[in-house]
Amino acid sequence: MRASFTLFGGLIALVIAAALAGLGGGYVPLSPADILSGLSGVGDPRLVAIVREVRAPRVLLGLEVGAALGLSGAALQGLMRNPLAEPGLIGVSSSAGLGAVIAFYFGLAALSPYALPLLAMAGAVAATLVLLAVAARDGSTLTLILSGIALSSLSVALTSLAMNLAPNPYAITEMLLWLMGSLKDRTPTDALTALPFILAGGALLLTAGRGLDALALGEDTARSLGVDLTRLRLRVIGGVAAAVGASVAVSGSIGFVGLVVPHLLRPLVGHEPGRLLLPSALGGAALVTVADLVTRLLPTTQEVMLGVVTALVGAPFFLVLILRARREAL
Amino acid sequence: MLTATTLSVRQGGRCVLRNLAFTARRGAVTGLIGPNGVGKSTLLRAIAGLLPHDGHLRIDGQPLPADARERARLIGYLPQGHHLHWPLTVRRTVELGRLPHLGPLGRLGRADRAAVDRVMAATGIAPLSDRAVPTLSGGERARVMLARVLAADAPLLLADEPTAALDPGHQLRILALLRAEATERARAVLVVLHDLSLAARSCDNLILMLPDGGVIAGPTPSVLTAEALRAAYGVSFAVTRLADTPLVVPLTTAPLPAGPSHPQTNAGVLAHAD
Repeated sequence: MRASFTLFGGLIALVIAAALAGLGGGYVPLSPADILSGLSGVGDPRLVAIVREVRAPRVLLGLEVGAALGLSGAALQGLMRNPLAEPGLIGVSSSAGLGAVIAFYFGLAALSPYALPLLAMAGAVAATLVLLAVAARDGSTLTLILSGIALSSLSVALTSLAMNLAPNPYAITEMLLWLMGSLKDRTPTDALTALPFILAGGALLLTAGRGLDALALGEDTARSLGVDLTRLRLRVIGGVAAAVGASVAVSGSIGFVGLVVPHLLRPLVGHEPGRLLLPSALGGAALVTVADLVTRLLPTTQEVMLGVVTALVGAPFFLVLILRARREAL
Repeated sequence: MLTATTLSVRQGGRCVLRNLAFTARRGAVTGLIGPNGVGKSTLLRAIAGLLPHDGHLRIDGQPLPADARERARLIGYLPQGHHLHWPLTVRRTVELGRLPHLGPLGRLGRADRAAVDRVMAATGIAPLSDRAVPTLSGGERARVMLARVLAADAPLLLADEPTAALDPGHQLRILALLRAEATERARAVLVVLHDLSLAARSCDNLILMLPDGGVIAGPTPSVLTAEALRAAYGVSFAVTRLADTPLVVPLTTAPLPAGPSHPQTNAGVLAHAD
């Protein structure tokens, strides 16, 4: 019990520190006093504009997107009893990405600011409906993973098709940049549009803990302990669709957060899938906020995209994880 | 007491168990024996509510509750193999057995902790409390899994080959534990066994499942006859005693009977692949 208090305290401190660093760091460095006066709206109007219009939405987005990705990763890993599961794996991220690309392709994104998030979420919902139909018919985890891979390949292919047939190079650039994932130039509206979906999805996922714990003993034993596996699956897949769909809608695809964060925190909670959920949300929030700060501080002419940074760090990590898992299996 | 009448189980459109009738008394250990593929595991899974069934299953005269959590408080099910997907500690693994009793917040109450303490002491795993289950030996792991299923305090206990892959000492210890749970806490214990001598010395009653779909059930000595075993396994047996211990020895093989067999369940295959 005491260990988990220490863990939560540490993670919350980390999230606050990351948020303050995110508000303070960047092209114009700000002191904590500057941040405070900027947030409260008194003092230099330029300062207020930087904090309120640029930094605060960006930090809020980083926190909510990171929490959604970390929590979704932990929940999916618990459901699939596989430390390599990730929101990208079951096709939700790439289907949301496809929805966004369609918005660009038909020029809808330019017509209305709501077209992009709505179509991205529609993509996530469509992928989820397919997965739910599959899960209702055959509950096995392997089926779920394989269907996810098929869905994800289909979305990627259709995304490529859209780029292939894109009306002009400018549209391709726009799609590509968006797919890379970034928190740059997001408005307060973006941050607030995604929030209710992420909160609702997160609430669904956080209540799945006990069922995920029981699944550690296998599907038969979990059922014999009174866990309704169909409902548990619906809960996790629905929660992931809402949280990740909304995240991708506002930030593009940011990979590997859902993989790395639960993996680092798992030993600290005794490997219990239920107890891993909330810490993973906090850890994800801190990680994405810090990674976004790094993209702003890197001395490059073009700002490096956040999705690129997480992939550069995450992909080698993924490889090491697979190799270690194989060694343990032998 | 568990009572089954006209029990049939269908799997993949095929009737794998037909019209079975048997009982498992409280306070007694009932052994479920029979050749591979005859449907012993299927039967246990059906009783545990993991497979749909036709006919009647009653516990102490009451039909099984439809609600899964309520049923989980009445029936403890220990599947084959001792698989655990995450390296949980021994204590946490045993605590999972209390799941059917927990409230909406999932917190362990005093009664839950007392039940966990009791079964950990009874199975002798209390000193291993903080160890991760994968670091344990096979015998220790078998006792942890047994403690997990005992923790629920269910009146009916189903155990699918709890002695598989254990040395003779551990086999006897596991069965002594099941025996103690049956007599001291008046539970009905239904256990699948392959070692017939072990079944002969540790079960009060036996249910012998035959390849033709029939069942021979009754007190252990009345079921373990050379004729019945030959009909079940297609092998001639010597049924004898050594000192005071019953001994069942297979002798010569006869041609394999062309009885129906059905595929092992996924759970069994996965457990062995591990």
